[in-house]
Amino acid sequence: MKIIVGVKRVLDYNVKARVKADKSGIELANVKMSMNPFDEIAVEEALRVKEAGHADEVIAVSIGSSQSQETIRTALAMGADRGILIETDELLEPLAIAKLFKHVVEKEEPGLVILGKQAIDDDANQTGQMLSALTGMSQATFASKVEFDGDHLKVTREVDAGLESIKVKLPSIVTTDLRLNEPRYAKLPNIMKAKKKPLETIPVADTGVDISSGLSVVEVNDPPKREAGIIVNSVAELVDKLRNEAKVI
Amino acid sequence: MTYTAPVKDIAFVLNHVVGLADIAKLSGFEDASPDLVDAILDESARFTSDVLAPLNWIGDQQGSQWVAGEVKTPEGWKEAYSQFTENGWGSLSFSPEFGGQGLPMSVSAAVQEMWHSANMSFGLCPLLTQGAVDAIEHHASDELKQRYLPKMVEGSWSGTMNLTEPQAGSDLAAVRTRAEPAGEHYRISGQKIYITYGEHDLTENIIHLVLARLPDAPAGVKGISLFIVPKFLINEDGSIGERNDVNCVSIEHKLGIHASPTCVMSYGDNGGAIGYLVGKEHQGLVYMFTMMNQARHAVGVEGYGIAERAYQKAVAYSRDRKQGKTLLGKSEEDQGIINHPDVRRILMTMRSTIEAMRGLGLECAAAFDQARRHPDETVKARMQRRGELLTPLVKGWSTEMGVELCSLGVQVHGGMGFIEETGAAQFLRDARIAPIYEGTTAIQANDLIGRKTARDGGQGMSELMSDMQETLAALNKHDHLDMKAIAKRLKPAIESAQSATEWLLGQNDATLPSATSVEYLMMQGRLAGGWMIARSALAALRLKNSEGADTAYLDAKITLARYYAERMLPLVESAHTIVIDSAETTIALDTAQL
Repeated sequence: MKIIVGVKRVLDYNVKARVKADKSGIELANVKMSMNPFDEIAVEEALRVKEAGHADEVIAVSIGSSQSQETIRTALAMGADRGILIETDELLEPLAIAKLFKHVVEKEEPGLVILGKQAIDDDANQTGQMLSALTGMSQATFASKVEFDGDHLKVTREVDAGLESIKVKLPSIVTTDLRLNEPRYAKLPNIMKAKKKPLETIPVADTGVDISSGLSVVEVNDPPKREAGIIVNSVAELVDKLRNEAKVI
Repeated sequence: MTYTAPVKDIAFVLNHVVGLADIAKLSGFEDASPDLVDAILDESARFTSDVLAPLNWIGDQQGSQWVAGEVKTPEGWKEAYSQFTENGWGSLSFSPEFGGQGLPMSVSAAVQEMWHSANMSFGLCPLLTQGAVDAIEHHASDELKQRYLPKMVEGSWSGTMNLTEPQAGSDLAAVRTRAEPAGEHYRISGQKIYITYGEHDLTENIIHLVLARLPDAPAGVKGISLFIVPKFLINEDGSIGERNDVNCVSIEHKLGIHASPTCVMSYGDNGGAIGYLVGKEHQGLVYMFTMMNQARHAVGVEGYGIAERAYQKAVAYSRDRKQGKTLLGKSEEDQGIINHPDVRRILMTMRSTIEAMRGLGLECAAAFDQARRHPDETVKARMQRRGELLTPLVKGWSTEMGVELCSLGVQVHGGMGFIEETGAAQFLRDARIAPIYEGTTAIQANDLIGRKTARDGGQGMSELMSDMQETLAALNKHDHLDMKAIAKRLKPAIESAQSATEWLLGQNDATLPSATSVEYLMMQGRLAGGWMIARSALAALRLKNSEGADTAYLDAKITLARYYAERMLPLVESAHTIVIDSAETTIALDTAQL
């Protein structure tokens, strides 16, 4: 069985995001970029599944500029077997990404696709669900535990009310939550071997997928500055303020 | 207490100042391509800041503990060490023949800086193993290499250097530990002190390299041989066998590096520890120098590694801490003490000196890489001279400055800096050992003026000076205010150093030069650092023209270089006077008058 994992190149989680002067987006020039943390968890899970003998090959897939090769190399250094980059300089929306993943899924026929539940840059949380709808594969989102059970997966999901256990039939799409696992550090010899692992680059045009967007970004702004707090004298005053000033209850 | 590895700064020096791309062209170093090295630096940054750095404070507070001959390392160290070796970090520069990755020393030095910034006490264990591996690889028989190296390269066995005895510190001629031939091996007995990681619970075996005398040995340094003495003997099939007759009698209570066990080792309490001769008889000191040169460079890296950590802490504190209205703050909120001009002085001094030291440390390593792999024998010899000449500067100057900068780091914190919980004091305490072990600063200075300068009639030094002249000419070619300002200070500094070297070479005996040799070493170190940071300014200027250049970052590099030139290079000029004029008065008093 093959496993496909999605790896996205995003602004490093330690870097404070700054809005560009023209408000067209976030400043990404000359800042540290790295793999989306949820995708690291996805890669780790795929490797564990392979190490447990349930899969033979882990393929890391990224969609983005040629620099996304670095992100794929990171996945290869962690232990993925090969990489595929669908190259485009355009900033794509989840639907286009899901369609491109479908293209890869049709070609590779994986038994399992593991994606991060969301990317920390746009926080969309859509690709996995859309890919499931497009391919007809089952979906298990926000996974905090994944177990194999014959041709099924038992997945524990993190939902608002607590934990939900479900069983899905393979082939399936799993999206990872924060507590699924703790990603490994790449070993030095594997970092060196990663350079020699196969990495196929496919220009987005060659996929024949329609990546046109229905949305346009009007403006990106900083969140409002946090204002200084006050100390209230009574619970009644607090309730009053929440109800009448903040209008949250 | 966090640490963020300065990957961008380190990669800048490797890629744009010391020429990693040229090193990667040498046969045997093809793997060290810039993109691969970037990936290595990134992962090393993650590992050191996430795993090693959080253990630094715990290590200081708990220290290693001696209990009935065994040494227990602090909480979490064992797990961190096994992760360290599993991930292959100990094997970076070792020969692939024994399981290493065969990467250049310049890459290894770049990675090691992170170990020492994150956790100097931890970094010492692999540092010592590295020295021991080098000595075995260069000088031991194939059989010994096969038996010991794979496990040591892997990191599951660590290595130590056993030189010092109570009466034999800087003077190894006084070594008394004995080795008696006993069939195919030897029986070693005697006491060794100051043995870093001589005993610990991180690895399944510890391989001691021990200096000892054979019964027929001539007196002095020419009668010392080098032996491998494993803590556990190795069976024929390579498995761990019986416990050898070597014991850790106690560990020292120290000013700093509390987690690194400094052991008193006793050999042969029960008939003699079994040891194996490395190479030939009576050649021990020569072989030990293979370890020493490597280890001296590594200790120099510790010097700026620990200063980098102190700097990061000082910057973070000075942004947060507010005291009074500042002269440089731009708004009501922007009133951290970082906006007091004097705090800027401290931070600029720390930052620019660290960059100068890092440049020099990596330049020295790059020279050794060229010396090892360059196809042209003339270049090879020249680069070997260069690496050897720079080693005492990297060790002596960087460790002395490491202490000074860590002290400045305390100063930024004011009264809080003097309080242990703040953590700034630990860096200062830890840094203090670096100018002492692996040869004190005075030993480095002797090495510099004697073996590295006088012995070749100043050839290596004059090659270095002419390379500096080239950098000066390159600065002068630019019609650029900062380049001119740097050149203005670099020129008289080079001239002062040349003149001091001439004075040195003109002396008939070593007495006067020895009196001010440390001043001379500091002078040459400061100048060499200035040369490196000037080259980094030139690189930054060049890169500013490239597409998508990070202008703010490159401008900062140039300003830091100019600051260093204006703040540090004048000290080279004044050192000229000190080196020459104060030599006689240094030794003028009778000992009774002191």
